[in-house]
Amino acid sequence: MSIADKQQEVLEELSFFPDWQERYEYVIGLGRKLPPMADALKTADRLIKGCQSQVWLDATVENGAVRFAADSDSVITKGMIALFVRVLDGETPDAILSADLSFIDRTGLKEHLAPTRANALNLMATQMKQRALELGTA
Amino acid sequence: MAFDPTTVRAEFPILAQSVNGRPLVYLDDAATTEKPRAVLDASRRYYEEINANIHRGTHHLARAATAAHEAARETVARHLNAAESAEVIFTAGTTDSINLVAAILTLAPGDEVLISALEHHSNIVPWQMLCERSGASLKVIPCHDDGTLDQNAFHALLSERTRLTAFTWISNAFGTVNPVREMIAAAKAAGSLVLVDAAQAIPHLAIDVQALGADFVAFSGHKVYAPTGIGVLWGKRAVLDALPPWRGGGEMIKEVTFEKTTYNELPFKYEAGTPNIEGAIALAAALDFVHGIGLEAIAVHEDKLIRRAAEGLSALDGVHLFGPSGRAGALSFGIRGVHHYDLGTLIDQMGVAVRTGHHCCQPLMARFGITGTTRASFAVYNTEAEVDALVAAVGKAVAMLR
Repeated sequence: MSIADKQQEVLEELSFFPDWQERYEYVIGLGRKLPPMADALKTADRLIKGCQSQVWLDATVENGAVRFAADSDSVITKGMIALFVRVLDGETPDAILSADLSFIDRTGLKEHLAPTRANALNLMATQMKQRALELGTA
Repeated sequence: MAFDPTTVRAEFPILAQSVNGRPLVYLDDAATTEKPRAVLDASRRYYEEINANIHRGTHHLARAATAAHEAARETVARHLNAAESAEVIFTAGTTDSINLVAAILTLAPGDEVLISALEHHSNIVPWQMLCERSGASLKVIPCHDDGTLDQNAFHALLSERTRLTAFTWISNAFGTVNPVREMIAAAKAAGSLVLVDAAQAIPHLAIDVQALGADFVAFSGHKVYAPTGIGVLWGKRAVLDALPPWRGGGEMIKEVTFEKTTYNELPFKYEAGTPNIEGAIALAAALDFVHGIGLEAIAVHEDKLIRRAAEGLSALDGVHLFGPSGRAGALSFGIRGVHHYDLGTLIDQMGVAVRTGHHCCQPLMARFGITGTTRASFAVYNTEAEVDALVAAVGKAVAMLR
């Protein structure tokens, strides 16, 4: 499934929840389901420090595909991360670099990407591409 | 004299709106207050009727604008019970006021600046920069677990090396009210200059700078129903007269030649450039608005709200309130197993606006081993129904997050 297809799938799932409460319960559920990152991996170089919540991102490459692991102290942030991980995990560095991540604008959860001070999610989207670039050229 | 919050509320057009389909419950007043019609009208009337540059024109509008600007200074001076209006310097806000003082002081290695653990970054960083520049050292009064300052440690830290002591009157993060009179007296007795950050105090307490005995008092207009971009540094004339000017430019000079410039008198010595004329006039309107209701009545009202919120939130499972019970303005809390960002996000969906995070007090958060809190803060227009809406929204959000 392409990145675009996976994004479409996420949007369709979210469209089942017209009500804010159900939408957030879904995101909180995703946050809970994303496996917690081992504490040993939560190092300063993997930390993306936002103004409100902290995010840890780990990226490795396996058979040409980038594998992401991520965690956050905020479960809603973690749920939002799970959306990104679901869309980008297992893709090639090139596919990740050229991915259009604006699908998040259509999820009805856009406030998490508002250009607030050092928004952790914005930083994470940038960081996922950055890591893909580094792994692709390594 | 009590007042009717519903009548007062009707003076604030912004509060009538809905957010996410719910009536707005604005409880982020410690960040900034909303503006009443009297203030909005003052800003608008200034531009519609008398806008001109001040202190120089010979024409009618310049005279009217100058008179209104200087009348605003008189209003602020009366509000603070300043000995004279020349001690009232208009700045861009508290941060600007503190930076001004930090810029005009000259310190040397061995000198000390004493601040407190409760300070906002704006009352930390300018002093750190001064210390870096001068080789002086920064000392910090620690706080107890209840968010009050350790007065014994404060007295032990005071010495003849203490050149400046700066602390907040009311903590923006915890609502702690510091015993400023006693602290000022102790610092003065040690021979230190004293600056009081009154950013959070200005909407809640009467400030009498002569009775207070500090050398500098800083506050922002926007915390007291005035626009952003206007603030005040009050400074004792004897102290300010002895200090050098800061920014150079128009207005702050007496005479300029390429060889030498002589500087203007207070307050103009510290007001280089065209000031925020409309802001100063609107600030005066805001202070008049506050006086129209009465600061004491406002304090009683806000105290009732903060106690009701403390009571309602404490009844929820796992809630921890920060700060001592005699808080003013703000109530900060944490909930076991719930991240403040998640809580703030969900209650925003229910129309409730609070502040989450470190409140620009990272060292204080580190002291308590937390990354942030959720803070509800209160103003004259908030109601008991809004407090109940906050408590209900928090309860619902916690149920979703647990």
